[in-house]
Amino acid sequence: MNKTVAGKRRGAKNPMQTLKRLLKYTFKNYKAATAFVIIFVLLSSAANVLGASFVAPIITALFNFSKGAPVDMWIIYKNVIIIACIYTAGALAAFAYNRIMMYIAQGTLKRLRDEMFAKMQKLPLKYFDAHTHGDLMSLYTNDVDTMRQLLSQTIPQLVSSALTVIFVFTMMVLYSVTLTLVIVIMLVVMIFSIKAIGSRSAKYFLKQQVALGKLNGFVEEMTEGQKVIKVFCHEQKAREQFKVLNDELNETGRKANANAFILGPINNNLGYLQYVFVAIVGLALIIPGATQWLVSPYCAINGAYDVAFCAGILSSFLLYSRQFNMPIQQVTQQFNAIVMALAGAERIFEMVDTPAEDVGGNITLTYGETEEGKWAWKKPCENGFEFIPLKGDIRFEDVTFGYTDEKVILKDISLYAKPGQKIAFVGSTGAGKTTITNLINRFYDIQSGVITYDGINIRDIKKDDLRRSLGVVLQDTHLFTGTVMDNIRYGRLNATDEQCINAAKLANAHFFITHLPEGYNTVIKRDGSNLSQGQRQLLAIARAMVSECPVLILDEATSSIDTRTEKLIEEGMDKLMEGRTVFVIAHRLSTVRNSHAIMVLEHGEIIERGDHEQLIAKKGKYYQLYTGAFELD
Amino acid sequence: MVKTLLKSVREYKKPSILCPIVMIGEAAMEIVIPFLTKFIIQELENLNKGMEYNLNTIIICSVLMVVCSLFALLCGVWGGQLSARASCGFAHNLREDMYNNIQTYSFANIDNFSTSSLITRVTTDVTNVQNAYQMSIRMLVRAPVLFVSATIMTCLIEPKMALIFIAAAAFLGVIVFICMFKVVPHFKMMFKKYDNLNSVVQEDLTAIRVVKSYVREDHEIEKMRKATGDVYEYSVKAEKILTFMMPCVTLTMFATIIVLLLVGSHMSVGNIAGNVGAADLQTLISYSTQILSGVMMVAMCLNFISLSRGSMERICEVLNEKTTLPKPVQPVYEVENGSIEFEDVDFAYSQKADVTVLKNINFSIKQGEMVGIIGATGSGKTSLVSLIPRLYDTTKGTVKVGGVDVKNYNLDSLRNKVAMVLQKNVLFSGTIAENLRWGDENATDEDLRFAARQACAEEFIDALPGGFDYDLGQGGVNVSGGQKQRLCIARAMLKKPLVIIFDDSTSAVDTKTDAQIRSSLRQYAPDTTKIIIAQRIASVQDADKIIVLDEGEIVGIGTHEQLLETNEIYREVYSSQVKGADNE
Repeated sequence: MNKTVAGKRRGAKNPMQTLKRLLKYTFKNYKAATAFVIIFVLLSSAANVLGASFVAPIITALFNFSKGAPVDMWIIYKNVIIIACIYTAGALAAFAYNRIMMYIAQGTLKRLRDEMFAKMQKLPLKYFDAHTHGDLMSLYTNDVDTMRQLLSQTIPQLVSSALTVIFVFTMMVLYSVTLTLVIVIMLVVMIFSIKAIGSRSAKYFLKQQVALGKLNGFVEEMTEGQKVIKVFCHEQKAREQFKVLNDELNETGRKANANAFILGPINNNLGYLQYVFVAIVGLALIIPGATQWLVSPYCAINGAYDVAFCAGILSSFLLYSRQFNMPIQQVTQQFNAIVMALAGAERIFEMVDTPAEDVGGNITLTYGETEEGKWAWKKPCENGFEFIPLKGDIRFEDVTFGYTDEKVILKDISLYAKPGQKIAFVGSTGAGKTTITNLINRFYDIQSGVITYDGINIRDIKKDDLRRSLGVVLQDTHLFTGTVMDNIRYGRLNATDEQCINAAKLANAHFFITHLPEGYNTVIKRDGSNLSQGQRQLLAIARAMVSECPVLILDEATSSIDTRTEKLIEEGMDKLMEGRTVFVIAHRLSTVRNSHAIMVLEHGEIIERGDHEQLIAKKGKYYQLYTGAFELD
Repeated sequence: MVKTLLKSVREYKKPSILCPIVMIGEAAMEIVIPFLTKFIIQELENLNKGMEYNLNTIIICSVLMVVCSLFALLCGVWGGQLSARASCGFAHNLREDMYNNIQTYSFANIDNFSTSSLITRVTTDVTNVQNAYQMSIRMLVRAPVLFVSATIMTCLIEPKMALIFIAAAAFLGVIVFICMFKVVPHFKMMFKKYDNLNSVVQEDLTAIRVVKSYVREDHEIEKMRKATGDVYEYSVKAEKILTFMMPCVTLTMFATIIVLLLVGSHMSVGNIAGNVGAADLQTLISYSTQILSGVMMVAMCLNFISLSRGSMERICEVLNEKTTLPKPVQPVYEVENGSIEFEDVDFAYSQKADVTVLKNINFSIKQGEMVGIIGATGSGKTSLVSLIPRLYDTTKGTVKVGGVDVKNYNLDSLRNKVAMVLQKNVLFSGTIAENLRWGDENATDEDLRFAARQACAEEFIDALPGGFDYDLGQGGVNVSGGQKQRLCIARAMLKKPLVIIFDDSTSAVDTKTDAQIRSSLRQYAPDTTKIIIAQRIASVQDADKIIVLDEGEIVGIGTHEQLLETNEIYREVYSSQVKGADNE
């Protein structure tokens, strides 16, 4: 079960496809809103461009005035009013599309998170075995975050920039084809430099992500073991290792950022150079009076190719040349954001696309449908349903299993648990005890053989219902943020407070709970780190008691509870197990002694079976274990 | 707080200071260039007037403009590189300082921070501060310079026009300030909800088996829905304000341009006294954009800094945390022998808490003895042994190892001689050999093998593919719990300690192996003092001495037989474990 190393981050393999899918995912639920966004983006870009074009007549009028021509102030007022209207409309349109886009982006992020999470719940355990928590967490944090930037900033900006560029370009062509050519030449130079630097920068950004991942992994692992570091005086070593990774991150980060930061100035100043060239070319044409070489459709329409008019056109054109550069600059600044967001999106889609755990068969579990207070299996058949009472009879027939195909963990296991029996598994660590219980609830599927539950192949039972019929107390107890009461109720969501408290009493947890600052309402934080391991196990047992499942699996359920306390809860445990089929795993033999059958496992095989007396009489492995543990002399 | 952080700039002071200066160079050019374009347009005006125009002025201005923009380009590129070096370097130093300081932490310090919070502090928080720093050195100087010089240049053209700018900037400043003021609390809430969302995911991931066993997927999805809903709510609240702010900014900008146009037109036709020509008007328009974007940048910058304030605080907490274990004035570097004495020891985890974990502990252990410690969960067993390698300091009384107060030892010397196998133990990614060598860097293969034999791990290691070179995976996921514990024991044995402490460190090992480990310890390390905390009486009953703890106090010391006779609690524990065996 090798986990993928945290920080295995890379660029998107298929950026265009990912982008397409992301856009589709985002906008398919907001068709009307998207239409409005496009309209408003159009309006605002158009307003930005048009507004500037009304500056030109004012300046021309003022030039004419300085030439001695009378000025009609109304022309100026008229243009100012038009500019004001256009700009106001533009600003309102910008406001509108930003607002709508904000709702789209936030809504999509919420939906994405919800769907990712819902999907994750349906993934088979194998998936969780193969990915570190860190990797999965970073899907929700880093990757969704980059997506937020992409949706709420980059995409609207891209669209509005593209539109602005088109508008400005059109205006420029209208004013002067010749000067536009100058701009196009500069644009080629600019794009060339952006591409060169941008791809370098993107390369280093991805490297930086890798370095960051490595450092994260290191800090995570080492901090988890910080106390071990202290005990072994390993601090200096840890510092040195950290330094290597940290230096690497510094190096790649510096290169990535340096390349990103110089994009701005390069564009900006190439823009100025462009301005100069346009001015020079323009003047070179205007001063000698070769105004027709400007090839200006605008002049042609107005029939005015005189120097004054063309001077006005040149100054407007110069203004446009600056406006033309701005969106290009903005887009280049988003370059890295896009690269990173697409890589993130691809990882997210990869998880979403992972095949879900199959739902199992069509036999379901019912309660009280056949008889008051009784569980039964409901099997669809030709004429309606067939009911099979749930008894808790579980059999393994020649079961072979391995987590991977190469390595077999369990070999040809056959066993049975009759209703109400307590079956124990003992054996050395790694012998396959926990694996057996993981097969009953179909956390993993067996390679060969068959497991039956009341005579039904468990593959034919709906997985959720199969699991609902099995109460489990695991070796590592996990608690959830919430009150103690909530955590006990996790076993059965509709249990009353009273039932929860009763369960806690039976599990002998009532005493310590009432000593917590707020009793049953004490909020448990961070997986119950404020409780001892033993107390957590008691809560887990209470949780199982509340669930009232017909079959129980106790996997080292009392390993962290000291034997004195264990003895105290024995009565409760007996009550819990009463009338139920129970599978117990324990290496404390006192826990399993009163079982109906004890299976001794070694290397994935059952080497001995029988009840305590039989096994002791057999003087085999169990006898050795048992006597080995209690050498009284 | 900022002072603490800035201490980490160190060798990156030079780029940090140089960067804003270079950026000023770039900013200056941004101001000069529109001024130059003014001359070009003025010549155009002259040309139009039919007056004599100066071609030289045009040429000079064009050349100057090219020179200026090349200079600005140079400054920009250089500044970008400087800021990358400064900000990445600063972040690098911050991480290093934090990590180095974490290494000096005592157990008490470590308990103050959760592991996950330490990780976020070293990674995400540093990245936030890095961004804020980078913004600051690039923008915080450049933007005001841009603002001031643009205003000065405007004054050169026409002082009255500068008034319009200042008024607009002030107006914009107020709007931005109000918006920021309103948005920050929403952002804070959003981050809080965001943390909550992360913890839902985190919990679900760690407890996925519980979730699936109880078929609570829908319940979890519902929880997540609520968490994402909260994040949505506050993000929308915050972003609503921001989306309101942006059009305000652009409207101000446009209003300024319009006022400029109106006033400027009147001035140039002479209705209002003022020295503004048509060419000036264009220059002023480009200044207006620069001035207002300068204001915006400062606002954004401050916003960024205020958002990273939380990160700064969290980093400072790590940097300012001082180890709770003061260094001795004249440290002792040699541990004489493995004898241990506790004299009137009281202990509490925090001074403030009134919960005393250990009360009035007195006992002594001779070198080479094997001592067992028994007690219920929470009775203070782990706390007791933690005092021996000075993982914590006592609240009262002294702990002596080799006849010397542990507070007088050099910590490394003490801990190298007092090995402890922790209850919650950890292996690291790497091979088995690499992990074992934590105990002794220079251990030969023979040493490793010997230590593994002592811990009864040799057999299973040899059975693994690659033997001692078997890769354990992150956190040692590739071996079972019991195997992990045995590797941890071997690792500790490699230190060849004078004292070795087992804190319930064979709980996952089966009873037979457990017994084997103890007998091999007796055999191979007869002179090492062995302290064993255990749940099972069987693990300690052959010890030379057993200490029984109950609620932080010693209620009995003696051999197994003595305690069986005299100690009620011990007897109870014993009978709970062997009941049935006696009935045989």
